[in-house]
Amino acid sequence: MEKGLIGRKLGMTQVFSDEGAAISVTVIEAGPCVVIQKKTRETDGYDAVQIGFGRKKTKRITKPLQGHFKKADKGFFQFLREFRIDNAGEYEVGAELNVDIFAVGDYVDIVGTSKGRGFAGGVKRHGFKGGRATHGSMFHRAPGSIGASADPSRVFKGTKLPGHMGDRRVTVQNLVVFSVRPERNLILVKGSVPGSMNGFVLIKNAVKKS
Amino acid sequence: MNWVEMIEKEQMRGDIPGFKSGDTVKVYVKIVEGQKERIQVFEGVVIRKKRGNSRAMFTVRKVSYGVGVERTFPLHSPVIDRIEVVTRGRVRRSRLYYLRQLRGKEARIKELGRR
Repeated sequence: MEKGLIGRKLGMTQVFSDEGAAISVTVIEAGPCVVIQKKTRETDGYDAVQIGFGRKKTKRITKPLQGHFKKADKGFFQFLREFRIDNAGEYEVGAELNVDIFAVGDYVDIVGTSKGRGFAGGVKRHGFKGGRATHGSMFHRAPGSIGASADPSRVFKGTKLPGHMGDRRVTVQNLVVFSVRPERNLILVKGSVPGSMNGFVLIKNAVKKS
Repeated sequence: MNWVEMIEKEQMRGDIPGFKSGDTVKVYVKIVEGQKERIQVFEGVVIRKKRGNSRAMFTVRKVSYGVGVERTFPLHSPVIDRIEVVTRGRVRRSRLYYLRQLRGKEARIKELGRR
């Protein structure tokens, strides 16, 4: 079954496993999310559930969006996201989804917005080696040759060049759920998750497992 | 409350005795060999303590058959059965890396005088 939640990355730490190994984990505050809208094949052409997460002031919500939230009648939310779910019909509008939909040992995919690095050069952005810093070297961090001369007399599309790096949607697949704490809406996953602290993330069950 | 900190706090063990750099300690380490578990003692001088809730680490140095051996343990690791403080040393800094250069008599640490 597909399932998903919206959450907030709280940070990383390490925890000890039963064998005594220290495991790096990311702490995510996930849910409670409220089902705002159901989409079904008959009405919308596909099956999905739209869920909301995070409180927001009434005056900061536009009137049309307020009307949309009123249908679920559970207050206003900061984030609205859709999850493609085959059995969308089984969900009730206004129902709450909590972290307990995930269990310890589950594989999840996590989507986040990576940290923005601004306009980055080739060394940082693409891992170019760069040149020697000293000993008369006149080539440091420049990209070097980006193509030939008369033929083809242009730069090929997709050539790795400096430019904006980060601040884009990144998915990390197959992270293992280490622990779930429904009393605080916390979920601990092994490994790192894209984005900064307090960045918002989507947690889904892993596409490539099960 | 900071929940990341909360998770770290609940990992911490309450049964670790207080000790400082310069102290001589016995660390009882659990070692799993196949199915059996036994305990090995690592005794030496604490030359470093790193702070940080459950992430705290400490390093113990001893000289074994003329070779200096250092082991770094996570302070709250479940691998540690228990820690015993043998002597309290009088040292004037927190990181005792200078012991690595010293041999034999020079590498001794004076015991903390009781007053």
